Amino acid sequence: MELGPYILLASLEGAVSAAVLALTAVGLSLVFGVMRVVNIAHGEFFMLGAVIAWFVAQSLGGHPAIGFTAALIVAPLLVGAIAVVADLAILKRIAYDPERTIVATIGLLYIIQQVTLMTYGPEARPVEAPFNQRIALPWFEFGDNGLEFYYPWGLSTTSYKLAVIAAAATVLAGVWLLMTRSRAGLLMRATQADRDMALAFGIPVERVYALVFGFGAALAALGAVLVVPIQQAHYLMGADPLLLSFIVVIIGGLGSLPGTLVAAILIGLSDGIISVFFSPTLAKILATLLVGLVLVFRPQGLFGTRAA
Amino acid sequence: MTNGQRIIGLHLGLLVVLFALQFLLPAYHHGNMARIMVLASYAIGYNILFGYTGLLSLGHALFFAAGMYGLSLTIQHAGFTPAPALLAGVIAGIMVSAGLAFLALRTTGVAFMIVTLMFAQAGYLTILYFAEYTRGDEGFVIQAGQRLLWGIDLSDPTNRYFAAFTLFALCLLASLALVRSPFGRTLVAIRENEERVTMLGYNTFAHKLAAMVISGTLSAAAGATYGLLFGYAGASFASVQYSIFPLLWVLLGGAGTVLGPFIGTLFMFYLIDLSSGITTAYMLIAGVTLVLLTLFAPQGLIGELRRRVWRWLP
Amino acid sequence: MTLLSTRSLSKHFDGLSAVSNLDFDLPKGQVRALIGPNGAGKTTLVSMICGRLAPSSGKVIFEGRDITHLPAHKRVCLGIAYTFQITSVFPRLTARENVALAARRHLPKAKVQPAVEDALKRVGLQDRIDEDAGNLSYGHQRLLETAMGFVQQPRLLILDEPTQGLADNEIDNFKALINDLRKTTTILLIEHNMSVVMELADRVTVLNFGETLAEGTPQEIHENATVQAAYLGTG
Repeated sequence: MELGPYILLASLEGAVSAAVLALTAVGLSLVFGVMRVVNIAHGEFFMLGAVIAWFVAQSLGGHPAIGFTAALIVAPLLVGAIAVVADLAILKRIAYDPERTIVATIGLLYIIQQVTLMTYGPEARPVEAPFNQRIALPWFEFGDNGLEFYYPWGLSTTSYKLAVIAAAATVLAGVWLLMTRSRAGLLMRATQADRDMALAFGIPVERVYALVFGFGAALAALGAVLVVPIQQAHYLMGADPLLLSFIVVIIGGLGSLPGTLVAAILIGLSDGIISVFFSPTLAKILATLLVGLVLVFRPQGLFGTRAA
Repeated sequence: MTNGQRIIGLHLGLLVVLFALQFLLPAYHHGNMARIMVLASYAIGYNILFGYTGLLSLGHALFFAAGMYGLSLTIQHAGFTPAPALLAGVIAGIMVSAGLAFLALRTTGVAFMIVTLMFAQAGYLTILYFAEYTRGDEGFVIQAGQRLLWGIDLSDPTNRYFAAFTLFALCLLASLALVRSPFGRTLVAIRENEERVTMLGYNTFAHKLAAMVISGTLSAAAGATYGLLFGYAGASFASVQYSIFPLLWVLLGGAGTVLGPFIGTLFMFYLIDLSSGITTAYMLIAGVTLVLLTLFAPQGLIGELRRRVWRWLP
Repeated sequence: MTLLSTRSLSKHFDGLSAVSNLDFDLPKGQVRALIGPNGAGKTTLVSMICGRLAPSSGKVIFEGRDITHLPAHKRVCLGIAYTFQITSVFPRLTARENVALAARRHLPKAKVQPAVEDALKRVGLQDRIDEDAGNLSYGHQRLLETAMGFVQQPRLLILDEPTQGLADNEIDNFKALINDLRKTTTILLIEHNMSVVMELADRVTVLNFGETLAEGTPQEIHENATVQAAYLGTG
């Protein structure tokens, strides 16, 4: 394939990862923004979403669309509920102390991961997509007859991948509306702005925290359900989304939703394109170094303006 | 008996017991104890930064690996003998920890944790990236013939035990001397209230830098010794898991206590050893322990002992 | 001879002016009280003097040397000791260790322990020497804080509300202590307790809205109508 079509293909694949990454990272960003804690177990909530999707699809049978649709509802709800329980049982008891929360969520990471290994096992298992038509894409060249379109071999995507992008965009728009227009969003923003003031005004801060923690985890799980027909479910699959979400949240400016979105799209797209030219390991080295350096020299993020 | 005598007596007593155990332990536990003493030295290094200075690093595997690869790569590719290779490992640790300290100490709290995590992860990935030399995840074996230190064969279990014991004794006594010195007291004060220490005329950045380099150097010495004694270097020793382990050991044993790192390493090693006989998911134990410690015993075992019984414990 | 002076010293927080264009001179050997209503800029001023805060503009001169850009710990080494308004002793260290930390930076090793014991004796804490600072009463913690200040044998001792929370007899002891220290040290005292100011200060500077409202002997200040209107009347 020539370079032009190749890059188009890479950007399409990148757009799919950007969509899923945006969902996951917005979850992490919400938790950090409202609760001021870093959830190291966030990647494991993502993994749980994928694994639960497999269990649901497996137990329902029938047309793939039935299992997938059920998973789309059940996995985020269940993962959200698990996160709420974790919040009430652990984080609330240590009063959301930032450093102890990190240590506790590292523990939570291993608990979720290892329990999954004991129950689900070490295999990688796919979930079938509800629909999956191949869509060939055209490319153009300037030939003897002027501008010509043709269909290069291998340049294609699937209807499912396009649907993932659309679904993620819809959900993110929903989150945006929820945060800016609804009462729940108002409570969250009030808690984020000033916890003590929120308490003084009678906002049940601890309940808000538990719900935000659950909501953040549910967003990660939703991203995982969307991606699991493309990428199989495996008990170690949480590491990459965690790292990428970190990169996105830190570069986008800690706790800033618009910054997180822009960064997710940028990182998701460039990840696809960069890996065309570099080895994935080198790309990851550069990404982790970038996060470290941004935190050291520009803690408000590359796009943020206020201090974190 | 004064507290000073008690403290010296207790720590020398532990060393005497460990020395005697070499003649008493059955082969399996004998091998385990050698490993525990090297890992506990790593934990002692970690404790200087976390327990005494109050800086929670999530990237100490970088220092452990710097020591391990400083030693093993120079043996493997530059034909070093163990003594200069050990030195190379320690020097690698000093350089890496000083470099990371200059960057990471510009941040505090959660940002410090994430920065150390990220740079350590970059180090791990770098080891994978240069798989041509490091053989990546698979790692490589240092042959018994390459492990003769001043004519002593370190692949022999007895020699190995004494080598591990020597490292551990040095680290334990060094950390005891450090925390009883004015410098160590200043570190504790920085942990308690950094701004106040500045306003007493101390350059706290320089103190934290020194603490991080000492901590990194001990960790690297442990990593280099581990590679030399057990004849293997692999990328897994640079992974996040090996940054979490010393945190877990120190939290379990008691952060900011001299004996805590050893006690924590000993307990955790056997917990994981026993459970890995039952399940492959042995890291579950580590996870549960971390959560329980955070919730119920943030002082750790020795910390609780100090709080309730022996107030004089350093 | 002037020990400390500031020239056009200003500090703004987000457009709010806490100290503006302040010229302040403190001669050697004086006990100067700094008074003013809450929010007048007293703590902001001394924070800029000792280096906890960087000024927005202006200069700080100590013993003829411009120290405006010197980091806090180096200023302390030059002989500026500062005790905090909000008690910030090290609660999990003993009283002895608290004072020793302050002394070690300034004294040769052999003199540290005698100096520590002497300092604690002078504030009346000799019986509490091996107790954790966190277990001391609030008043005792204030005294410990003061001991941590003067054990450094500073050229300039800045005390930020040292008598807050002290009982009457403790205040009397404190006055005796300052009268002893004034023989060797210049003292800048932020104080709300007027009897302490009247008895101890050689001169008084009144700050209001970040500017000098008046300066004079305690008697002059006491009789100054503007000060009474701005401060004593409402205070």
